[in-house]
Amino acid sequence: MQYLVSVIDDKSDPGSTDRGPAISAFNERLVAGGYWVFAGGLADTSAATVVDNRGEDVVFSDGPFVESKEYLAGVWVWEAPDLDVALALATEASKACDRKIEVRPFQ
Amino acid sequence: MSDVDEAITRVHHEEWARVVAALTRRFGDLDIAEEAAAEAFATAVERWPADGVPPNPGAWLTTTANRKAIDRIRREDKRDDKHKEALVVRDDDPHEPLGAIDDDRLRLVFTCCHPALAVEARVALTLRMVGGLTMPEIARAFLVAESAMGQRITRAKAKIKVARIPYRMPSAEDLPARVTGVLAVLFLVFNEGYLATGPDTDPVRHDLTSEAIRLTRLIRELLPEDGEVAGLLALMLLTEARRTARVSATGELVALDEQDRGAWDATLIAEGHGLVRERLVAAAGGVAPGRYQILAAINAVHTSARDIRDTDWSQVLALYDQLVRLDPSPIVALNRAIAVAELDGPQVALAVVDRLKPRLADYHAYHATRADLLRRLGRGDEARAAYDRAVDLAGNTAETASLVRRRDRLR
Repeated sequence: MQYLVSVIDDKSDPGSTDRGPAISAFNERLVAGGYWVFAGGLADTSAATVVDNRGEDVVFSDGPFVESKEYLAGVWVWEAPDLDVALALATEASKACDRKIEVRPFQ
Repeated sequence: MSDVDEAITRVHHEEWARVVAALTRRFGDLDIAEEAAAEAFATAVERWPADGVPPNPGAWLTTTANRKAIDRIRREDKRDDKHKEALVVRDDDPHEPLGAIDDDRLRLVFTCCHPALAVEARVALTLRMVGGLTMPEIARAFLVAESAMGQRITRAKAKIKVARIPYRMPSAEDLPARVTGVLAVLFLVFNEGYLATGPDTDPVRHDLTSEAIRLTRLIRELLPEDGEVAGLLALMLLTEARRTARVSATGELVALDEQDRGAWDATLIAEGHGLVRERLVAAAGGVAPGRYQILAAINAVHTSARDIRDTDWSQVLALYDQLVRLDPSPIVALNRAIAVAELDGPQVALAVVDRLKPRLADYHAYHATRADLLRRLGRGDEARAAYDRAVDLAGNTAETASLVRRRDRLR
């Protein structure tokens, strides 16, 4: 079972910026436990571009698809047998990142 | 009610959770388990009056429900191939050792009370899957439209399936926190019954309090060593024992000091006291009691006094001091102040209560407690204003009636 694990940051109350070593150590544990599928930190939402080609002409617009105080700062994809395992890992992840974590199963 | 009807009701109470739990384990799907169990009971209602109650009703129901579940899976197989995958028989951990506390019903309880579900969903799901209450019964209990309650349960079941909330015992490390979560759900059901919040409902809902007690007894049977489970059961029994004395003939809530103690249920009190004694022995052996055990002990002190004047208030206060250390909530501090008033007088207690204002200004019991203390101090105008505020904030009909009476008695 795969889970998308989103790291949520808050513009008005951002997490600390010195989390690199803790996240690296946590990633090593994910790999060692066989949970790691993918991980990536994201650039600022201001660097996002939304593309809409549902109509006749493609429309590019600057910025994220939704402006909000809270935003996606990075993602993981984990392989875990069930939600309890994923939530236990997310509990560690939130501490390592000093940010909120959303766990959402893939279909 | 005929003998067969009575038998069906009893078997429903005793076997519902077992049937749902066994089917969930076998088919890995709460939806199928619930529907098949309901169909099996419906078949029993149809057949037993003519055929008689089978010698082993539980086994009969499980077999019938299994057959219904397999029928449904076959139907769905034909209808929708994609759906089939979701119905594949799954056993998460077939080789898991069976411990002393292993029981399918316990897995069911932990799944229904999983922390990843919303609290209202946990309550509804537990009452449906473990308690066997029908959707309309649960909707009525919580004054929610049937469709909304149905949706709440459907959504919770879907999340369990899609996010793969496991059907198994929590790990030893997670167990205490998960048991606490289960007890919180049961206490919520009990409290809604004991002091219903709505202005248009009966003030005391015996259906809910008795259901909460029944489920807590089940958990106690499954986790006999857990002190907090024993504590919560004792707390519920000692509270339920006073139920009939708690509302007057005219529908007013009767405070502890005015209750007819002869109307208390001696059997429930004896059972509650037995449990509290059992926990006192454990505490003497060095096991620190949790909040339910302390609350039960406080209730044991109250129910030991034949007259309000015989109450051992210093013991009550000592227990509240212990509780405050575990749970520093202002509501605990407010209840502690009532014991302070009995020991050190209303003046001292009022000072304690006033300090809680910033955190409890919108809580009716804060104003009601203050009003009672002001009345005892002869400060009538202030007492009246405090009763007014409490009446504005109170939701329970019997409580409102009691507050109005106490206010109107002021001269």
